[in-house]
Amino acid sequence: MKIAVCMKQVPDTEASLRVRKDSLWIDEEELTFVINESDGYALEEALTIAEKTGGEVVVFSLGGERVREALRKALALGAARAVHLADPAFEGGDALATGRALAAAIQAQQFDLVLTGSQSGDAGFSSTGSVIAGFLGWPHAWLVMGLEVEDGKKAAKVTREMESGVNEIVRLALPAVIEVQAGINSPRYASLKGIMQAKRKEIAAVTPADLGLGAEEVGAAASLLETLAVFFPESGKGAEIFEGDPADCARQLVEKLRKEARVL
Amino acid sequence: MSKIWVVAQTRADGIHPMALETLVAGQELAAASGGTVDALVMGDSVSARAAELASWELGSVQTLEAPALAAYTPGAYVAALAAAIRANAPDIVLFPHTYQTVDHVPRLAQALGAALVPEVVSFEVRDGAVIWRRPVLGGKLQADVRAKGSPILASVQAGAFSASDRRQGTAQVSALSIDVELEADREILGVEEVAGEHIDLSAADRVVAAGRGVGGEDKLGVVHDLAKALKAEVGASRPVIDSGWLPRDCQIGSSGQTISPKLYFGVGISGAIQHLVGMKGSQVIVAVNKDKSAPIFGVADYGIVGDLHEVIPAVIQALEETEGD
Ligand SMILES: Cc1cc2nc3c(=O)[nH]c(=O)nc-3n(C[C@H](O)[C@H](O)[C@H](O)COP(=O)(O)OP(=O)(O)OC[C@H]3O[C@@H](n4cnc5c(N)ncnc54)[C@H](O)[C@@H]3O)c2cc1C
Ligand SMILES: Nc1ncnc2c1ncn2[C@@H]1O[C@H](COP(=O)(O)O)[C@@H](O)[C@H]1O
Repeated sequence: MKIAVCMKQVPDTEASLRVRKDSLWIDEEELTFVINESDGYALEEALTIAEKTGGEVVVFSLGGERVREALRKALALGAARAVHLADPAFEGGDALATGRALAAAIQAQQFDLVLTGSQSGDAGFSSTGSVIAGFLGWPHAWLVMGLEVEDGKKAAKVTREMESGVNEIVRLALPAVIEVQAGINSPRYASLKGIMQAKRKEIAAVTPADLGLGAEEVGAAASLLETLAVFFPESGKGAEIFEGDPADCARQLVEKLRKEARVL
Repeated sequence: MSKIWVVAQTRADGIHPMALETLVAGQELAAASGGTVDALVMGDSVSARAAELASWELGSVQTLEAPALAAYTPGAYVAALAAAIRANAPDIVLFPHTYQTVDHVPRLAQALGAALVPEVVSFEVRDGAVIWRRPVLGGKLQADVRAKGSPILASVQAGAFSASDRRQGTAQVSALSIDVELEADREILGVEEVAGEHIDLSAADRVVAAGRGVGGEDKLGVVHDLAKALKAEVGASRPVIDSGWLPRDCQIGSSGQTISPKLYFGVGISGAIQHLVGMKGSQVIVAVNKDKSAPIFGVADYGIVGDLHEVIPAVIQALEETEGD
C-alpha cells in the first residue's frame, strides 16, 4: 500500500506562550516545535500497515522552513520520502485552504490511503483531513482508534471513537482518508540507523504553481476565516492561587480544604 | 437580518443535550443580530423529536426526512444538508460540536465552499458582523475570528450555553423536501464498548487526576500517594492513558468518564476543553500546575503554581500534620 501521512508541526505543549505584538498570533521566535500529537500516531499506523502490506509511506507538511525538521524526523522513523509545501503563500490558511493544498499535493501521486491526525494542537480545526477527503472525493472517518486493511486492500475496517466510552465500527472503501486519534498505537522511537538513513532521503519542496494552484487559492489569501486577535482567556470566578514555597502553599491549601471548602 | 439554522442532532432518547445548548446559542445570536432562528431535525422519521421543540421560541422546526438518514453516514448527511442549505440559503448554520458533527461538517463546508468556525464558545455582533470566539492552542489561548461569505457554518462547544436559558414560545413544524440522491459512503458494522476493567469514577467522592505533566509512568508514585492520603480514586487525562501509564477506563473527559466528585485534584493537567467537560461539575476543584496561565486554573477553586514533584509531597505532609483536627 502506498500511504500518505499529513503531519503538522506545532508548538510543544510544554512551551510557555506569548501573544505577538500585533495580537494576531503567538510569538514563534523562541518556541520549541514538535510533531502534532495525533500525527505521530498516524505516522506509526502508516508505517505498520506499509510493513505488513508492502509499499511506502510518504509524509506531507505545509509550513515554513522549520517543518523540514519534523519531516526529517518522520524520515528517520521510516517514511520513504517527504513533500514540503514550502511557499510562504501556503501559510495562514483555514482548513479549507490548507486542505485544498494538501489534497492537490497528494493527488499528484497515487495513494491507496491518506492518514492525518484528528486535531492540530495549534489551530485545532479538527477539519483538515475531512476537507482533504472532500477535495479527493474519497470516503473518510474522523477520530479513528482502530484501522484494519482488509484482504484485497479494497476496504478498511475502522473503529471510530464516540462520546461516553463507545466505539463505532464501520467499513470504508479504499482509497480513503483516515483521521487518526492519539492512543491508537504505541509510536516507535527513531533508531540511529534510521537517523543516518534519513539524511539521504528526499524532501521535495513544492510551490502552489507546482500543484496547479494560484496564489489566491491557498493560504491566508484563500482563507475564509480572519483572526482578529488571540488572548489568554479570562479565568471566570478566579481560583485562589498559592505561589512560592511549596510547604507554605501546601499548608495553606490544606487549611482551606478543611476549613473553607470542608471537603476533607 | 440574518437567517439562522440550528441543526439539532438527535439520539435514541431525544434531542442531543448539546443540540439544546446550540439552540439557545441560535436564539441568542438571532436576538443579537436581529435575525430569525429555525431548528432542523434530520433522520428517517423525526416527528417525535421535532415535537420536543414545539415549546421553544423558534421561527419553525424543519424536518428533513429520508430513509437514507436513518443511520448516520457522512455521505448521506452531507448531501442532504448541502441540498437543503443551497435551496433555502440560511446565512448561518449552527451545529453542536459533537463527535458526529465534527465527522461531517468539515466535509459539508468543503462541498459548499463555506467558512467553518469550529468550537465556538461565545460570539458578539459588531457592526452587523459576527465575531466568533474559539479556543486555540489546546485551550491555552482564545481567538476572535470573523468568517467571510455565506453561509457560515459554526459548531458550538459543550457547556458554552445553557439549555435552561431557552426562550419559550410555540414553534410550527414543517417538512423540508430535497431532491438529491443520498448515498452512504460507509458501511456500519456495529458498536462496541471501549475495553476496560470498568473503574467507575463517577461514584467516587474524591478523585486525584494525573496529567502528562507528571512526566512518566515511573513518576506516578506521588499521584498514588496523594490519592491514598486523600482516600481518593485515581483518574487521568487522555495522554496519560494513550502513553499506557494508566488503564483506559481511568480517563476523564469527553471520550472518557464524566465525574462530579466532592473534590477533584488535578496534577499536571493543562485543562483542555475535552478534559474540562468531564470534570467541571466537581464541587471543589484543586489544580497543581507549574504554568500559571494553564486553563485548568480558570475552572479551579484553589490552585498551587509550582513543580508538582515538590508540591504534592508537601501537600501529603500537610495532610498528615493536620490530620484529625
Ligand atoms: C476528540 C478528542 C477527544 C479528547 N478526549 C479527551 C478526554 O476525554 N480526556 C482528556 O483528558 N483529554 C482528551 N483529549 C485530549 C485533550 O485535547 C488534551 O490534549 C489533553 O487533555 C491534555 O492532557 P494534559 O493536560 O495531561 O497534557 P498537557 O496539555 O500536555 O498538559 C500538561 C500540563 O502539565 C504541566 N506540567 C508539566 N510539568 C509539570 C510539573 N513538573 N509540575 C507541575 N505541572 C507540570 C504543564 O504546565 C501543562 O499544563 C481529547 C482530544 C480530542 C481531539
Ligand atoms: N500545515 C499542515 N501540514 C500538514 N498536515 C496538516 C497541516 N494542517 C493540518 N494538517 C493535518 O490535518 C490534521 C487536522 O488538523 P486541524 O484541522 O488543523 O485540526 C492534522 O492532525 C494534520 O494531520
